[in-house]
Amino acid sequence: MKNIVVIGGGIAGMEASAFLAAKGYSVDLIEKNDTLGGRLANWDRLFPTMRRGSEVTEFLAEGVMQEAVKVHLSADIVRVERHHDTFLLVTTQGNELHCDAILLATGYDLFDARRKEEYGYGIYDNVITSADLEQIFSSGRDILTQKGKKPSRVGFVHCVGSRDEKAGHTYCSKVCCVTGVKQAIEVKQQIPDAEIFNFYMDLRMYGMHFEALYKKAQEDFNVQFVRGRLSEAAENLDGSLALKVEDTLAGRPMKINVDLLVLLVGCTPSEGTRKMASLLGLKLGFNGFFKTTDQHTMTNYSDIPGVFFAGTCIGPNTITNAITDARAAATAIDIYLSGNQLANRKMKPHEEFWLYPSH
Amino acid sequence: MKNFGYTRHTDRQIDFDATDKRLYQFVFDLEPSINLCIFCGTCAATCSAGHFTTLSFRRISLLLRRGMNDIVKKEIENCMLCGKCQLVCPKGVNTRNVILQIVKGIEKYEL
Ligand code: SF4
Ligand code: SF4
Ligand code: SF4
Repeated sequence: MKNIVVIGGGIAGMEASAFLAAKGYSVDLIEKNDTLGGRLANWDRLFPTMRRGSEVTEFLAEGVMQEAVKVHLSADIVRVERHHDTFLLVTTQGNELHCDAILLATGYDLFDARRKEEYGYGIYDNVITSADLEQIFSSGRDILTQKGKKPSRVGFVHCVGSRDEKAGHTYCSKVCCVTGVKQAIEVKQQIPDAEIFNFYMDLRMYGMHFEALYKKAQEDFNVQFVRGRLSEAAENLDGSLALKVEDTLAGRPMKINVDLLVLLVGCTPSEGTRKMASLLGLKLGFNGFFKTTDQHTMTNYSDIPGVFFAGTCIGPNTITNAITDARAAATAIDIYLSGNQLANRKMKPHEEFWLYPSH
Repeated sequence: MKNFGYTRHTDRQIDFDATDKRLYQFVFDLEPSINLCIFCGTCAATCSAGHFTTLSFRRISLLLRRGMNDIVKKEIENCMLCGKCQLVCPKGVNTRNVILQIVKGIEKYEL
């Protein structure tokens, strides 16, 4: 029986493991945390339908259990050796795993909001991130300011750490716009008399039903969308925040106070991605996510035969697409291991880096 | 005669084909980052001069490419070239050099 090691027990890693095991492979799933589920475990409700994230985790876990995937929790890879077309991986527990293919599902990290000092995360008490807000939602706690007051006005800042040359991340993180709309609705559901303002450059409601969620936020929840990107937030004496923004559509600078400011942080390449890239000698793309063999046709393939990608380790993505991608990766690995010649197709070499000036 | 309340209005459309885009072209050739602008307004939000005058780098960036050079010329007089706008711009527009090139272009074309 052929062995596959899947690295990363988030959405993509879990689903790909289950599909590979169902195809008859022996699968080891390596997860550095002590539970499976990855970043989804920290998300309460999901856009666009508001279903619980835990329902998706449970669904994925059912697949992992049913197919008897060998799960290694609190484990990491410390060494990789490549022998012809097999690999040896050594884990932190000293386990030696021999395998015929590796699937990298190392996911993403959240942008460290402290790096946008002008928004005051980690400096002002009432500036939180979208991830912090999810934790409040999951815990069932009330949304309160640091001083225990119910906020009467809440601001959301889009594109924090994304589409920003100064933060070093020029790409769009794809999921934060719709997250901002979802969270605005949830805050309004909890505090019906609060005023909610979303400050945006563009609202990217690209997915099916995202536009409907946006419409709901406008029509049913009276969320206000202001087209302008904050230059800074400053703390007032009472702990509320004075925001500076240009109301670009009115063509006037605007000052506005909010009691709570939520920064919609973007996705960055994960620590695990960098680590596996260096252990395997894999190239990273310009934005620091894994570089796929081809942008259009070979996004599950790395430049090393037998090493594959799934999920957000190649770029920001939704849960829906991470699951689809995981199943696609499982199929790609199956085709490769069964020696089917479909695996030998090659695209003509193509330079993607002409997009980026410094390359 | 009965007054039906009709008045003559001047046409306020931007007549795009009739406007003078030389100044924009001049600036673009010397400082192509002008065209990275996505009109997000961060520059104008941070600009101290914009609190008291109608100065907004975002608006200058826009009006320049609409060939509304008379307004551009008047607005940039309020700029102190402090460069705060450049620090906050997410797209890396070299705002200060844009303004300097606008001044040169205005001289060159005697606008
Ligand atoms: S999804 Fe929206 S908030 Fe996120 S980076 Fe893209 S435009 Fe900005
Ligand atoms: S901050 Fe930069 S991108 Fe935004 S409007 Fe100003 S110049 Fe344009
Ligand atoms: S350089 Fe001019 S436009 Fe920019 S912030 Fe300073 S005064 Fe405002």
